[in-house]
Amino acid sequence: MQFLRNFLDTTKPKIKNKLVHTAFDAFETFLFVPNHTAGAKGIQVRDAIDLKRMMMTVIIAMVPCLLFGMWNIGHQHALATGQNLDFLAKFWIGTIKIMPIIIVSYGVGLGIEFFVASRKGHAVNEGFLVSGMLIPLVMPPDIPLWQVALATAFAVIIAKEVFGGTGMNVLNIALTARAFLYFAYPVNIAGSKVWTYTGDLKTVDGYSGATALSIVADKSTALSESKALFTNTTGVDALTEAGKWSGSNLFSFENMFMGNIPGSIGETSTLMCLIGAAILIVTGMGSWKIIVSGFAGTYLMALLLNATAANAFMALPAHYHLVMGGLAFGIVFMATDPVSAAQTESGKWVYGLLIGAFTVLIRVFNPAYPEGIMLAILLMNVLAPLIDYFVINANKQRRLKRMPAQTAKVAA
Amino acid sequence: MENLLNIAVKSIFIENMIFAYFLGMCSYLAVSKNVKTAFGLGIAVVFVLGATVPLNWLLQTYMLNAGALAWLGDSFKNVDLSFLQFIVFISVIAAFTQLTEMAVEKFSPALYGSLGIFLPLIAVNCSILGGSLFMAPRPYNFAEATTYGIASGIGWMIAIVALAAVREKLKYSDVPKPLKGLGITFILVGLMSLGFLSFMGFAI
Repeated sequence: MQFLRNFLDTTKPKIKNKLVHTAFDAFETFLFVPNHTAGAKGIQVRDAIDLKRMMMTVIIAMVPCLLFGMWNIGHQHALATGQNLDFLAKFWIGTIKIMPIIIVSYGVGLGIEFFVASRKGHAVNEGFLVSGMLIPLVMPPDIPLWQVALATAFAVIIAKEVFGGTGMNVLNIALTARAFLYFAYPVNIAGSKVWTYTGDLKTVDGYSGATALSIVADKSTALSESKALFTNTTGVDALTEAGKWSGSNLFSFENMFMGNIPGSIGETSTLMCLIGAAILIVTGMGSWKIIVSGFAGTYLMALLLNATAANAFMALPAHYHLVMGGLAFGIVFMATDPVSAAQTESGKWVYGLLIGAFTVLIRVFNPAYPEGIMLAILLMNVLAPLIDYFVINANKQRRLKRMPAQTAKVAA
Repeated sequence: MENLLNIAVKSIFIENMIFAYFLGMCSYLAVSKNVKTAFGLGIAVVFVLGATVPLNWLLQTYMLNAGALAWLGDSFKNVDLSFLQFIVFISVIAAFTQLTEMAVEKFSPALYGSLGIFLPLIAVNCSILGGSLFMAPRPYNFAEATTYGIASGIGWMIAIVALAAVREKLKYSDVPKPLKGLGITFILVGLMSLGFLSFMGFAI
């Protein structure tokens, strides 16, 4: 490695161009830990953790989801087209599908970051490393690449750079990118046609690419329109029925937990998200309070709806809500984004609970959106500063109340 | 009762005066620099909307609609005063704003000072007149109109308080110079309404 270090050290003084210098600096710190040390005077204690280390930890936590997503693209492809592929072939199909998306997302996002950093004359921030990986994971496998580029550019510029860059954004970057596509080009990111990569091959008989959430939502709407009766198992039965084309019960609880169902690339597997959550919690990167309260909010709200159960979707067993759609992925990787989440510790409980509760409400009561986690997190991003404000104010009031007693004591 | 709850939820979240209709933007953008003042103006808007919408409902039903004056006697059956709608609504709103202003000045001089010109300007706040005009063609009864007025006000208040909280946080951001102040606020409101889109299309 020494020759690389030497090479960097000798080239560094030669670079005069500002843009090149910013890029050089970014790659240098990417390859090596910054080698500047504190002087003889001043503060000597330094924590080993910096922004770059933090971002890399989050990316490592996402790797299980990414690898599983790669395999799952191939797996769904094989199921839908009736082929019998082995593990590596499935993995390869997924790799070819997802790699271009990752490259486009990083290319566009980092390009903008580098440009802005050189214009403003500061070092490139590492903030995009995580967003650039999150964006591909929340896209369907067949998304057109120009849309990925457009959404990334929109999110990085409008949601982040205009607010001053990394750490200043109000909304989560990756979700802003997804929401942008969702409202601008719904054909490519919603509905039942986009979740499975089929290529030009003929699909098997009875194939339907619908996701679990839209199956239950459609069934529930159909039943309430015809005023037909339903039971607590109607939703589950509809899932079993809809998954029959695959030859087995595609939408069983176990399958949805493991994640071999159609959906966005990285979101399907609850298990992989939980592994990611474990990494985030153990390393202290993600707030366990948000993760726990997010799942709790979902479960409690679903239980509440079970109790009233006015239609088939409301009667769907509460634990199904936890494994369907992108809930786990959203709560683990997006709700815990330290910038856009609530900052106060008790605020985090409220924030997580409301995300979970709103997700279920949107899923069940809003026929326009079968999945609610994206909009629920965006909504709570908007309201998070308000939650913080109330928490801080309550704290102030508490301390003010204590004050007269203390001053009295001091005076005495 | 269920009906009233429906109207309340609908006008607070789904048909939010700010995020769905973008009404009352001037004071929304100008008075949202800190949460306390924003909350004060929000309460004032809730009060004015909650009082003027039912009042205007009474005027609309018993005076302005075609044939509404029938209660005066048979000769008034064919009178149609609906062309007076705007002027009547505006006068009611202006009177109530004046009342609110006097009340705020008396009971909270500090808030009165920080709201400045925007308190009397509630009279021309689009969301107030909008509330009355949205109410007019809808088949509301008195209780529903009152609920609608108060709930629309609460929706506006939530929106301005949320924006104020975000803007307080924005003080620490390194916003590019040309976008400082109102520019970034406009972008922010756009992004916030993206969050509120989650309620669009709610079936309740």
